[in-house]
Order: sequence, then C-alpha cells, then structure tokens
Amino acid sequence: MKDAATRDAYGETLLEIGENSNIVVLDSGVSDSTRTKKFGQKFPDRFFNMGIAEADMVCTAAGLATTGKIPFATSFACFLLGRTMDQILVSVAYSNTNVKLVGTHCGIAVGEDGPSAQMIVDIAYTRAIPNMIVIQPADWEEAAQATKALAKHEGPAYFRLGRPKVKGIFDSSYKFEIGKGTIVKQGNDLVIFATGTMVQESLIAMEQLAKENINISLVNISTIKPIDREIIVKQTRNHGAIITAEDHNIIGGLGDAVGEVLLDHQISVPFTRIAVKDQFAETGTGPQLYEKYGLSHNHIVKAVKVTLNKK
Amino acid sequence: MNIAKVDIIGLENKALELRRLALKIIFQAGSGHPGGSLSATDLMTALFFGGILRYDSSQPDDPKRDRFLLSKGHASGIYYSVLAKAGFINESDLEDYRKINSARFLSGHGHPKTPGIEIASGSLGQGLSVAHGIALGTRLAGLDSKVYVILGDGEIQEGQIWEAAMSASKFNTNNLIAIVDNNKVAQDNITKDLKDIEPIEAKWDSFGWDVHRINGHNMTEIIKILQMAIHPDKPRVIIADTIKGKGVSFMEGKTAWHGVAPSKEDYDKALKELG
Repeated sequence: MKDAATRDAYGETLLEIGENSNIVVLDSGVSDSTRTKKFGQKFPDRFFNMGIAEADMVCTAAGLATTGKIPFATSFACFLLGRTMDQILVSVAYSNTNVKLVGTHCGIAVGEDGPSAQMIVDIAYTRAIPNMIVIQPADWEEAAQATKALAKHEGPAYFRLGRPKVKGIFDSSYKFEIGKGTIVKQGNDLVIFATGTMVQESLIAMEQLAKENINISLVNISTIKPIDREIIVKQTRNHGAIITAEDHNIIGGLGDAVGEVLLDHQISVPFTRIAVKDQFAETGTGPQLYEKYGLSHNHIVKAVKVTLNKK
Repeated sequence: MNIAKVDIIGLENKALELRRLALKIIFQAGSGHPGGSLSATDLMTALFFGGILRYDSSQPDDPKRDRFLLSKGHASGIYYSVLAKAGFINESDLEDYRKINSARFLSGHGHPKTPGIEIASGSLGQGLSVAHGIALGTRLAGLDSKVYVILGDGEIQEGQIWEAAMSASKFNTNNLIAIVDNNKVAQDNITKDLKDIEPIEAKWDSFGWDVHRINGHNMTEIIKILQMAIHPDKPRVIIADTIKGKGVSFMEGKTAWHGVAPSKEDYDKALKELG
C-alpha cells in the first residue's frame, strides 16, 4: 500500500503505459502539478503542452483520437471542465472520440487557493453527458490501476484526481474494474458509499465508531458513472440505512447518483448525503475546510449516529 | 497534378451543379443555411473534385487519407451535397437531410456517423483545434496526410481559433491547411460591423502562419494555391474572399439568407440563375 496522491499514481502510471505508442498526453501549462511532466520528458514526441488553452487542448485531443491515438488531456479540474463544457460536449462526447479527460486538484481538499481553484461541480457536469464515464479513485493503487483501465476503455471518460496525499487503502492484490464498487469494510446496521478522499475520511470515522461498538460497512464507489447499481441495491437492502460521502457539491454528485438508483428501485431507507452544502468554501487548509464545510471524519461520525437513530 | 491538366471549366460546372443540389436539399428540408453553403461551394469543389484531397469514398476510414473538416458546420447543405457527389453517400440519402430517422444521420450539422465526416460540428471555433490534432496524429503515424479545414470569417471571432493558431505554429504543424471562407457576412450583421476581423492577413502572419489571400470564387486561383507544396515548417492559412449566397443574386451579401430556406418561388428563381 502506498501513501501518495492519486495524481502521483496517474503520472507514474503514464510512464508505464506510455510504452504503448498510441498513448499521447496533453497538458495545458500545469504539467508539474498534474504530474504529466515526466511523461513529456520520457516521450517528448507524444507529449503536447498546449499552453494555457484548455479549449484548444480538448479539441486537439479529439482530433488525435480520430487518428487512433489514445489521448489523456490533463489539467486542473476547475479549468479542464469549467472552460470546456462545449468542447467536451461536441468534439468529445457527441463525436464519441476516445479522449480521457483528466482533472486533478478536485474538490475543496485543494485548500488555500480558494473556491476558484476548488472544483465541486465536475461530477455533476460530466455525469450528465451522454457517452461519458466518470471515475474517481480512492488511493494510489486504485488510481494506478484505473489509469491502465482507462487506456484500454474505448470512449470518452472523465478521471477525477486529487492534490493531497491519501493513505493507502488497497494493496496490489486489489483488482480495479470500471463500473464495480468495492466493499472496503464489512459491518452491519449502516453502509457508507464513499468516493475519492472521502473513503479515507470514512475509515477514520469508522475507527472512532468502532470504539463505541458501532461497526458499519464501507463501499468504495470509484466509478460514479456507470454506477454499480447492483452493489448499491444489495448493500442498501442489507443494511437498511445509508450515507453517501464525497468532496463535491451536494447537487449532482455521488449522493444524487446513489439516490437515483434507490428511487428507480423504490427503496426507502434513512439516507444522509455528506457533501459540500451547495455553497462555495473559502481559503484554508484541506483538513480545516473539511471540518468547517461538513466533510471531516467528525461529521461522518455524527451523521452515522443521526442516520442510525432514524431506523 | 499540373494546373494545365485541371479541367477548370469542368470544375466550374461541377460547382454550379453542387450549388443547385445544396439549394434543393435546403429547400426540401424547409430549413438550413444557404448563404454560407454557396460561399464555400467553389472551395469545396476544388478540394474534392480538383485532385487536391486524397480520398477513396469506398474506404472512408483509410488511415492514409487526407482529411477535410467543415468547421463552419452550418454549411451542411453543401457538405452533404459534396459527399453525395463524391460517393461517400448516395444522392437519394439527401432526401433525409435534417429529417428524423435519417439513414445516414444527415443532421443540421455534420457528425462522424456520416461517412466522410471526421468530427461533429455545430459549435463554432472548435474545428481548427480538431484539425490540428488530426494533423499531429497523422504526423506521429509517419503519414504524409494533409488536413484541410474550412473556417467561417465570423467564426474566427471565437477565441479558441487563436489558441489553435498559436498551437499549430508552436508545433510547426505544416500539414495543416486552414481556409477562411471570408464571405464577410454573419448571422446578425456584416462581419465588419459585428466585430471586425481585419487586418486578417496580419493577424495570421503574426501568429506564425504561412498566409495567402485569394478570390474564393476563381477556380484557377483556388486550384493553384491548393496545389502549392506545403510550407517547410509553418501551418498554412488561405484567406478566400467570397460572397455569401454566391450565384443567386438576391441572396448575395445578405444576412437574411444566413439561416433561412428559400420559398418555392425563391427556389425556382434561384435555380434559373444557377442555369
């Protein structure tokens, strides 16, 4: 198990999969931070730093894809998606080009750079786009495996990566599969469906709860679209109470995605969504913001107790 | 192919035939964009039928092909007409233009489900970047394919065009050839008054492109410039001065004919003018 940021796993894995000459990487002037720089040093002919021009980058990637290349178009999530919704819709999704959009520095975990750098609407954006799949890994191992899986997946994808170091959750025996949720910890009474950094945050909360003899389950949802309906239905029925946890706005993210599955199956259980509460955060460290804006393990502990009381 | 060997009169006749066909399908559809289709007709005729674009319509996905993109995708009336005459689709398919359940997906703006179309269009400003990506891809594959993209003059008001212009110059993408269909009329207004794009040659030149300017309705000029060997290290832009609605007197230079299909009466009148 490796304690490192998911963006690090992406950068390191690109060096490995780059041996396939169809892999090309694009960046928009932030390759140091997105970790694509080393790919550029190792494979200079297949690295295109487009400068600070995300719209151009996304469409250039689409063009490359039509020639059989597998482009990974990378930038900070804020700008990659915020500036290029139209380009993604027309040249990537509608054209169904094999472009991997990789957004790093997602969520309020970014911290001090403030709300203009904290992308909290990207899951909502991308989830609403036909042909698009959406993946957010929980740790280094999963991010590394997901990078490889994305290179093999034919079609548009959004890969949501984080800036901060996260504790290793999976070891090399873990097998990531697009569209599959994973039971991280099996307990009873309540199940948390978490994604990204919130898997780690949930594990800390569960340690605290265990001390009070509350042993719940945790499911990692790394593929947010297409979501693993089977695991959501089964685990919700088994536990009878659920929580979703994500570093994203409460509208349109994992919570809504899980809620849609339950609605489709007419399942009604006590259900709490932990997410940013439809507001912009502020500057501060990631952990400070998680505490103030309701995402920290302390908030998860409280939410578990409140939700259990509704059973 | 030497210019002397190109049948200029034959191409001019082909262009007339294509203008009639484009107007016909727009008339039949009851909606569409005649003005920008007619301004681009001579350029597209030269590309597809003047021995410029390397393609085999029976193998539309051949990796060795040259690529053509119509970034000003609203001119789909002429695009589909050309694709039909070039054999990518059947002429009978054109009856489905802009209609539901179209067998060849002949949408108001092109989509790669239609053979011969590389990428979807409909949102202006994206095609130059896509064309550049294709040019980079074919170059990486060691192919000598050229990538041609037609832009509208109003379209180059989009900022992304200039992002792409900087990129192609940075990467010395000399197999990329942009053609600006400079018909000087946009949907709302004449382009100059909407937001002036001149001095257009100086703009492209300062972005590091090999710039040429021609009369976009003079077939000899068009063929000559398209036959020119690619620049050793710069992408090329051809500013083609054209007339919106070219060939139909009452449409020429009129914003009103940007996105309106002709009535039966206007259609008949137009056909007479197009001989």
